Amino acid sequence: MAVAVKPQTIEISADPMVPVPYRVLRVRRETPDTFTLELEALTSAFGHPSPVQTGEGSGVRAFAPGQFNMLYLFGVGEVPISISGDPAQPEVLVHTVRAVGAVTRAICALKRDEIVGVRGPFGSAWPVAEAVGNDIVIVAGGVGLAPLRPAIYHLLNHRHEYGRVALLYGARTPKDMLYKRELSEWRGRFDIQVEVTVDAARPDEWRGNVGVVTTLISRANFDPFHTTALVCGPEVMMRFTILELQKRELRDDQIYISMERNMKCAIGFCGHCQYGPNFVCKDGPVFRFDKVRELFGKREI
Amino acid sequence: MEMLDRLLAEHPFFKDLDPRYIKLIAECARNVTFKAGDFIFREGDPSNKFWLIRSGKVSLEVFAPGRGPIMIETLGDGDVMGWSWAVPPYRKQYDARALELTRALEFDALCIRGKCDEEPKLGYELFKRFAQIIGQRLQATRLRLIDIYGGRS
Ligand SMILES: Cc1cc2nc3c(=O)[nH]c(=O)nc-3n(C[C@H](O)[C@H](O)[C@H](O)COP(=O)(O)OP(=O)(O)OC[C@H]3O[C@@H](n4cnc5c(N)ncnc54)[C@H](O)[C@@H]3O)c2cc1C
Ligand code: FES
Repeated sequence: MAVAVKPQTIEISADPMVPVPYRVLRVRRETPDTFTLELEALTSAFGHPSPVQTGEGSGVRAFAPGQFNMLYLFGVGEVPISISGDPAQPEVLVHTVRAVGAVTRAICALKRDEIVGVRGPFGSAWPVAEAVGNDIVIVAGGVGLAPLRPAIYHLLNHRHEYGRVALLYGARTPKDMLYKRELSEWRGRFDIQVEVTVDAARPDEWRGNVGVVTTLISRANFDPFHTTALVCGPEVMMRFTILELQKRELRDDQIYISMERNMKCAIGFCGHCQYGPNFVCKDGPVFRFDKVRELFGKREI
Repeated sequence: MEMLDRLLAEHPFFKDLDPRYIKLIAECARNVTFKAGDFIFREGDPSNKFWLIRSGKVSLEVFAPGRGPIMIETLGDGDVMGWSWAVPPYRKQYDARALELTRALEFDALCIRGKCDEEPKLGYELFKRFAQIIGQRLQATRLRLIDIYGGRS
């Protein structure tokens, strides 16, 4: 009878509208309102006990840095959340969630062994392949570091393929910073420039920079003619970051941004996420800036 | 002297400034070093100097009773520090403390103001440059006011 279950399983997980159940392995508190969840597919429930096996129906899905999943809580709702883990280790699905409303608050309150539905991965990716041979400058604000972390893992896993790498990160206060332990580990490496800044701090709690993240751009080491910039954060932050990158002679087609406009179906059906001629869910969330320049910064689209 | 001229000429702050003016300004400058922890100036001090930071890091701080010092800005390599020498009441509004060993060019503002009075064109060139610095700081401050990391869109 087990044989009869198998094709059905594949059908279920192949339907992009049907969430697949994942179990919470671990929850880590990053800041007072932001949590990182590690999830594992409930593969055994579908008759697939062997854990690491990527592909349709195995429960383990490869993803590209920058892609997102729809996380579904029964009776509460569904929200798009970027994947924040290492693309080389897709067997553990990692998401970093900031509690801002009903669904994200409920996700942040999940405990070990509880179940969350997952659809995905969806969307476009950071151009880590196209950027091979270039210097990379990454600019992140607040929780915007989460969708960039898979790209950082990829760059560090393939460090020899890239030129200089600079990571510039701004948060409101030292307490609002994500991934503090990792940031200081990366700072200790010789092959990546890490600059972190906060809006204000007491000298006894913070030894880094104070000032807004855009002020770090003039300090980053990169060759403007051979650089790819990856930017993620609130839209105002991205707008001013792009201005500073342009001052450093970067062209718009060297700059990539991630647009977190809200969505529903995530597969290009409903039109909920429409952004000019683009659907954020399938053309985005990562866009090359010259492709969305005309729309960017508009009040309502 | 020669050496100071060159340091100034290479600094982006003095980009495209007439070498004649560079020479004049250099007469008001000297090299200084601050150890980590040194106060460079304190709030309320008369503002008769400004600095071009060559290397190191300095924090501008406000002392809030009951909360202690709060860092409101850090400045580093290549930054210009201090503009209150240019406008009345010529007083420092913050504390400035070296966070690490910091080397800088220190300018005597009275000397500079004297040169500017003699050479109004130099005054114009300098104030244009300081206006840009003040504008940048103002913009950075406004961005922090709107709390750019807080909301998502
Ligand atoms: C592609 C994509 C990737 C995302 N990745 C992450 C992530 O990695 N981590 C994370 O914490 N969040 C992420 N988000 C945002 C997340 O989806 C929203 O916070 C979530 O949908 C809010 O739902 P809610 O029911 O908790 O709150 P709601 O009650 O729906 O909203 C609460 C408040 O948040 C505002 N809000 C909701 N969604 C957004 C949004 N997308 N942009 C701006 N403001 C919004 C609402 O206007 C409201 O003020 C991402 C969004 C997109 C589109
Ligand atoms: S979310 Fe439905 S079309 Fe994009």
